[in-house]
Amino acid sequence: MNDKPLDLVNLMIPAKPDYVGIARLAVSGIANRMGFSYDDIEDLKLAVSEACTNAVDHAYCGGEGEIEVNCNIFTNRIQIEVIDRGNSFNVEEVEKRTGPIKMGRSMNAIRERGLGLYLIKSLMDHVDIKGDNGVIVKMTKYIRKDVVEPHVETSTSFPTNG
Amino acid sequence: MNLAVQVMNEEENQITVSVEGEVDVYTAPQLREKLLPLCDGKHCIIVDLTHVDYIDSTGLGVLIGAYKAQRATAGKFVISGMNARLSRLFKITGLNEVMEIEDKVQEDGC
Repeated sequence: MNDKPLDLVNLMIPAKPDYVGIARLAVSGIANRMGFSYDDIEDLKLAVSEACTNAVDHAYCGGEGEIEVNCNIFTNRIQIEVIDRGNSFNVEEVEKRTGPIKMGRSMNAIRERGLGLYLIKSLMDHVDIKGDNGVIVKMTKYIRKDVVEPHVETSTSFPTNG
Repeated sequence: MNLAVQVMNEEENQITVSVEGEVDVYTAPQLREKLLPLCDGKHCIIVDLTHVDYIDSTGLGVLIGAYKAQRATAGKFVISGMNARLSRLFKITGLNEVMEIEDKVQEDGC
């Protein structure tokens, strides 16, 4: 995990609902080029959107601010960081409140929000959240190959499907 | 990145809300504005997601809010037309255990 990324794509968007779709589209394009499957690309889109949505909703309390989306491209995985420099939060406290909706709860106990973090953790292979100075959500997803090809050479250039 | 919400009241006691496009933090308020006022328990609400390409937790939150409003007034709330992707999302979140889901809108409705 200590190898260096082949490439880095850096995106800075205003922390507004209007731009979350842009981050999603960018990540979708990168993941497509890297050779992720359709389902995995959809997972990545959702995870990035959820992280950006959290930043839009909580980071700047309705004020102006920016979200940084860093896509680190490795031969076998993508590592995405979604960073805001707004309000921090107690990661452990928030993580306690996330999880799937369970049957048998009273109607009022069914949450309308708070599924985002749970979805990110469910869809990505590795997630690390830091909430000390703004919020950094670092998430990794590996490229899954159904069939391992023989004699695969390690490419030092940007991996492609072709 | 657009959302279209169409409301059809073809039967007296049934309203179908057809959603088309992407439901995220940007477009979800549009869905909420159209869907929530209908959930007064007087009609059976069918939300048709056949043409939804993308939905995230914000969109799911709108559906949960509508479901709760409808159930609070003893109305029926049905999700229809889910593709494999949406179905997976409902399973991960546990929503498939809570909401009534049907593959396609039945002729006789509610």
